[in-house]
Amino acid sequence: MEEQIFFELNSVYRDNMRIKGYTFGSGEKSACIVGATRGNEVQQVYICSRLINILGQLEQQNKIKDGKSVTVVPCVNSHSMNIGKRFWSTDNTDINRMFPGYDLGETTQRIAAGVFKNVSNYKFGIQFTSFYMQGSFIPHVRMMKTGFEDIELAKDFGLPYVFRREARPYDTTTLNYNWQIWETKAFSVYTNATDSIDTNSAAEAVNAVLSFLNKQGIIDYNCHEGYISKFIDGQELVNVKTLTAGFFIRYAQVNARVKKGDLLAVIADPYTGEVTDRITSPTNGIVFFHADQPVIYSHTPLYRIIPTDDLI
Amino acid sequence: MVQTIASVGLPIDEMLMIQKNRLIPQSGLSGNEKRISIVTGTHGDELEGQYVCYELQRRIKENEECLTGIVDVYPSLNPLGIDSITRGMPGFDLDMNRLFPGSENGSMPEYIASQIINDLSGSAAVIDIHASNIFLEEIPQVRINELSQDTLVPLAKLLNVDYIWIHSSATVLESTLAYSLNIIGTPTLVVEMGVGMRITKKYGDQLVDGIFALMKELGIWSGEVPTPKTPIISEDGEVSFINARKSGVFVPSVEHWKNVKKGDHIGDILNPLTGEIHQKITSETDGIVFTLREYPIVSEGSLIARILA
Repeated sequence: MEEQIFFELNSVYRDNMRIKGYTFGSGEKSACIVGATRGNEVQQVYICSRLINILGQLEQQNKIKDGKSVTVVPCVNSHSMNIGKRFWSTDNTDINRMFPGYDLGETTQRIAAGVFKNVSNYKFGIQFTSFYMQGSFIPHVRMMKTGFEDIELAKDFGLPYVFRREARPYDTTTLNYNWQIWETKAFSVYTNATDSIDTNSAAEAVNAVLSFLNKQGIIDYNCHEGYISKFIDGQELVNVKTLTAGFFIRYAQVNARVKKGDLLAVIADPYTGEVTDRITSPTNGIVFFHADQPVIYSHTPLYRIIPTDDLI
Repeated sequence: MVQTIASVGLPIDEMLMIQKNRLIPQSGLSGNEKRISIVTGTHGDELEGQYVCYELQRRIKENEECLTGIVDVYPSLNPLGIDSITRGMPGFDLDMNRLFPGSENGSMPEYIASQIINDLSGSAAVIDIHASNIFLEEIPQVRINELSQDTLVPLAKLLNVDYIWIHSSATVLESTLAYSLNIIGTPTLVVEMGVGMRITKKYGDQLVDGIFALMKELGIWSGEVPTPKTPIISEDGEVSFINARKSGVFVPSVEHWKNVKKGDHIGDILNPLTGEIHQKITSETDGIVFTLREYPIVSEGSLIARILA
């Protein structure tokens, strides 16, 4: 294992921020794995720490294939993580909206440039990231429709779903998008935690990455290969939202199979307890995402459901 | 007449309302009047537009007989942000000016964004007033995407600003309010002036003069208006950026909107712990300082100044 400092930012009163990369094996730049770009992505750093630990063991057992290398960058925003802030500690900009970066630009542009210089030109790029809304997902590989996405390859992670959505203008400055533009096959892996550690979900993500690396001939790792992934397009999902604000009392959890008309949740008046909205499923299906705030705004998407033909 | 253009329930006994005030001619509406919309407060820490909204209406009410069209004033597109001194949308930590055109069926911020677009659509002109941020001071200027310059530059020249900056197109900016409106044929001018969390009255007065000149041109105002000043117009290549090479405390040695020569001292980045100068900053070009660092603490990369050659 080689530990390198990919980028270092000086600070007048704080310790320098060091962005570290851990490389295993040597030769071809086979795969790069990036963890937290935001300061609250604790689960993402945790997953990377597990991968670094296991890849170190594999390297000692000569199970990194000859001529292949894997690099893990666990955290690119430790300054924000250390003060409990999601975005950049001073100007609140999002490093994951600054790629490919600019080394003569503003602070977060320089950070992004420093990171991108070191994580580009890999064959595969894997990022652990988080959604802007609070909530839980079925673990999945997420891709943007750029014309460069490779859905069949994404199924090699063995996670239950491969999800593709349309790219929006502001996505063009994410790490994932720029990896793809610069010919790295890029994948975002979502687990069902962000600012807390879910060890089961993290273990599933670690296994998915190791399984993927094994299938690409980068490591020699005998493991459970997971699921036969189902591909879903973002437009297929059925959104369930409420027009009422209040307490969000959730009954249906992620991965639940639901039938049309099943009660998913209720919205209750925060003072009287009166049920103001009953949230029912508009379709047979599987709960792919649900919000998890205790109180919600009106017009909030509460569930996203994968429609199925189940007659059970 | 105050109207609510979007409302959303908040969890505990509160409605979030996006409101506008509509001023119409004393004689009523015939249906043929043009409409100008003044919007501000997308970023909750940018307050320069607040005074403009007030002062514009004060002057209109002084001479209401001169109003021949519709003036819609939207002082706060992000009320929760303004109330909580938060740049983005509290609760989501989202930059509202990266959400447009929004979505009727999207999340709460996307829903609000879609309602704002619906309401502004069809205006003869929209003035979207920003105030830089807390870090930088800007002279009154209009920023125009090069894709819209043919339509917008003639309108911007009327706004009595010092400077018009025609910048290159960037995909990420397609999520802004101005881009989303311009693309559907509603001419929208982005004004940047002053500094975040502050009101600079002279800049506000200057812009209000310009809004009246634009209203006169559009047939919305029949009264006398000041002659707008002639702005400097430039494109990206004529702007040079100075960024900090070191972290520390920036102390300027030039004034905002003053000429500098190549080699002139712009300021120093100091280390108060050691009493040393971390970086002595000089201008790399002859020009005028139209953006100057206001907030003293800087990190490596922080923007110190922009100079128009």
